[in-house]
Parts: sequence; structure tokens; C-alpha cells
Amino acid sequence: MDTTTVTNFKSEEYFINMGPQHPATHGVLRLLLTIDGEIIKKVEPDLGYIHRSIEKMCERDSYQQIVHLTDRMDYLSSHINNEAVCLTVENALELEVPERVKVIRTIIGELTRIASHCLWWGVLGMDVGALTTYFYGFRDREMINDIFEETCGARLTMNYNIPGGLMFDIHPNFVQRTKDFVTHFKTKIPEYDKLLTGNVIFQKRMKGVGILSKEDAISFGASGPVGRGSGYSCDVRKHHPYSALDKVIFNEALKTEGDSLARYEVRIQEMWESLSIIEQLIDNIPEGEHKVATKAVIKLPKGEFYQKVETARGELGVFINSTGTKNPYRLKFRSPGFSNLSLLNHIAVGGKIGDLVASMATLDIVVPDIDR
Amino acid sequence: MDLMKVNKRAVMTNEALQNLIGSWIPELEFTEEDSQYLNITVQPENLHQLMSQLKSDSETNFDYLFCVTGMDWGAALGVIYHLESTTHRHSIVVKVKTEDRENPTLDTVSNIWKTADFHEREVFDFFGIKFNNHPNLKRLFLTDEWEGFPLRKDYVDEVNMIIK
Repeated sequence: MDTTTVTNFKSEEYFINMGPQHPATHGVLRLLLTIDGEIIKKVEPDLGYIHRSIEKMCERDSYQQIVHLTDRMDYLSSHINNEAVCLTVENALELEVPERVKVIRTIIGELTRIASHCLWWGVLGMDVGALTTYFYGFRDREMINDIFEETCGARLTMNYNIPGGLMFDIHPNFVQRTKDFVTHFKTKIPEYDKLLTGNVIFQKRMKGVGILSKEDAISFGASGPVGRGSGYSCDVRKHHPYSALDKVIFNEALKTEGDSLARYEVRIQEMWESLSIIEQLIDNIPEGEHKVATKAVIKLPKGEFYQKVETARGELGVFINSTGTKNPYRLKFRSPGFSNLSLLNHIAVGGKIGDLVASMATLDIVVPDIDR
Repeated sequence: MDLMKVNKRAVMTNEALQNLIGSWIPELEFTEEDSQYLNITVQPENLHQLMSQLKSDSETNFDYLFCVTGMDWGAALGVIYHLESTTHRHSIVVKVKTEDRENPTLDTVSNIWKTADFHEREVFDFFGIKFNNHPNLKRLFLTDEWEGFPLRKDYVDEVNMIIK
């Protein structure tokens, strides 16, 4: 081809819509991409497609009702979200829950984390073109969902926590089934590594893509595996332990590379750590009540209360401003996905659209968590 | 020398924080009432100076802005900032209020913490508080045509809101 014709082509920036219905956005998220050829110049997320104004709804609801709304934020961490609100209310009331409750909450919280990471791992593979992972991830997640179904009656939006404890005691099969799962899953994570982690194509898609420095991670308010992939020690379970997490020994998964592969490896490592936490607790569930009685109408004292927990996605904060009535005057959810999404533009600029998909998959976005 | 370094790394008590920060700007109000954190109330004109000093000063080093909450206190509108230091691991709360409900305006802190960009857009969307020098201040969740600011206490929507 004559080289002059090639140089005569004008390089122009143009817009392209990614979403709101796009498999890689994992929900209804619209990204406005400014691109030059295939190089991304700017990514602007357009939010609000499933905004339900949960914070406004909370202002008219009782504290027991608010717990149910939190399932509908990050639906893959529903148990941990419930726990966050319950802990805030319990702290405000200075209510000490039984040890049994704390241990069960922690075990189910870690099971939730593994289930969430299984799903993430499955769809991550799918995003970068490896369809098999989806079925492997969902196979193992199914076992956890079955455990939840037996104990809580629900598989996804569990509503198992209530202010003061748990709605019911655990099912008689819970301990055995959880142990079975731990034994099963220990043989499966190496399988995950064999199938995807060591895959050359996968490594090429992940390594050096979507780099986030530690300094930027802190400035963008990154948390969870996104922050820890950049070497930022931000595990709430370590720094502000809650429930039974101060009684267990585990390592905070940290990687310093800050690229997509680092975020991926952090999550794989976290699954091992969660298994270890469950193993330490499952044989030591203290006997006792599964809840303490609270008044039918809970009124928080006047004041401001803040509680943070570590969901599968990062730091979830619950801020309650109470005037002493049965409803919060103002309730704010600091959701991990919201801050993690805000850095997408930063890590995607200069890369290609395919890299954006890979980076976004390792941010592990759940859109209802962002839109609230 | 080494000992001094160790001391500098230590968590500052609320009292020490109050003494230090109080020496920067005299008009600040401090309280620990009804909260697990030390609360600072700052005048809007001093907000940006205080915030940038809270981050840049090596003794406070509040580099992690973990929560930005818009508030409608009835008479005043404002913002609550929750800050933590990732090196010293101490936390603090900064509150800023403006009485102007027609045209509430505060300075942005998005040039200090990048996360504030999105969080301030959220506050603008729900409370109508404008932020000076914000790079991209427009609605985040709601559509551009939306009228009013839903999280304000005087917001009325007879069709969609269920009042108990």
C-alpha cells in the first residue's frame, strides 16, 4: 500500500457507549468512552440506572427494616452488609451480643466472601474469554448457597442478622456441611490456579494492565482487594476487627504490583485465608443464645455512629446520625464499589478497550452497590 | 533521633490532635460529644486550608478520606468528612455548614483527595451543594432534568415518596 494514503487518514477522537447493557459491566452501568482508534482517552461512568435512593428510604424505616435494604446493595456480600448495620445499631445501644452470635456471623461472613470470590473468578474468566471458569466457580458457590439456604432460608438476600443477634439458630447440618465444603474447596483452588492463573494468555491479559500505585489507591479511597493489590494495607478485619475476627489468626493478602494480576492474586489468596478463618472457628462455636432481646421498636440514642466492615469488595461504612427517634435522621452507606469505580478512568486511560474489560473485571464491580 | 521518629509514628490522642489543629486556625470548634471520633466544625472559608493541612502535615497525615456525607440539619446544609491516616491510624471528623439554602457553596477538596470528585458529585446531586473549583460538577445518579434535591428534608414528591 502507498504510505501516503495511510498518513492521509485523520486520527480523530470519538465517543463510544459501553453499556448500560453490556456483559462486562456486570449490571446496568454505562461507560462513555472517548477513544482514538482503540486507545482509550477517557472513561466516564454514567451511574444511576438502578438507583433506588436507599438512604432516603432508610430515613423513614425502622432499624430492623433497614437491615433488609442492605441486601439489595452489594447482593454478593449480603450477610456482611446486614452485619454492618446490626453492628452499628448494637454499638449505639451498647448491646453486647453473645459469643455464639459473633462466631457464627464471622463464619458466614467468610463463606460469603468465598462465594463472592467464586462468582468473581468465574465471570472474570468469562470476561477475558475463558468460559469454563464460569461453571467451575458456580459449581463451588452452589455448595455455599445450599448451606445458606438450609440455615437462613435464602440463598442470596439472606437477612440472617438482626440487631441483637441472629434471626434463628444455625441448622443442625451447618457445621458438618461447612466442614465438607472446606475440604472440598481446598482441592478446588489449586484447580483454579491450574486452569486460569498459570494460563499464558490469561497472564498476558492481566500482567501490567490497569496499574494503580499505592499513593493513588489511598487517594481514590480504594479498599478491599483493589487497595491491597497496590500494596495498601487496608483490611478492616485487621485494622478495626469486629465480631470474632480479633480471635482468629490470618494473613492480610498483599501484593505490590498494582496491576490486574495483583488484584487477581489477592483474591485467590483471600479465599485461602477465609478457609483458614472458618477452620479455626467451625469447631469452636460457643454454646448459648443466638440473640439477645431488643425492644420491638428500637430507638437509638442521640448522636453519630460509624461502623466499618470488610465486605468481599472492600470497606463498607455505615454512618447513622440519630436524633433519638425510631428512625435515623440521616443514614449514609459508604460503599466500596463507589470509590473503587471512581479510579477506573485513572487505570484505563492509555490502554485498549480489551484492557478496560480486564481491569474492570479485577475491580469486581457490583452495580447496585454503587448506585444504592 | 530514633526515639523521636517512633513518637512521630504513634497514634495521636484526640487531645493532642485538638491542640495541634487548634493552633493552625483559631476559629475551629472541637467536640467529642455523641461521637466516637473527634469532631471539628470549620467555617466554609477555612475549609480548604484546614483540609490540605490535615493531609500534608506529617504529624496528622490524614491521607485517606473514607466517607463524605451530605447533611441537611434543617437550618443549615453541609458536609461531613471522615478522615483516617494510613500511617498513624488515627481518625477524625470534619464538619462544614452553610446557612444559605438557596445557593449553598463550599470549596472542593477533590484536589486534595481524588475520591472526593465522585463523592462531591453525589452530595451535589442529592443536596444541591455546589463545590467551587470542582472539575466536573454535574448530577451523578439522577438525570440532568431532575428538579430538586431528594435528600433535603424539605423535598416533596407526592407521587413517589411514601411518608409514614
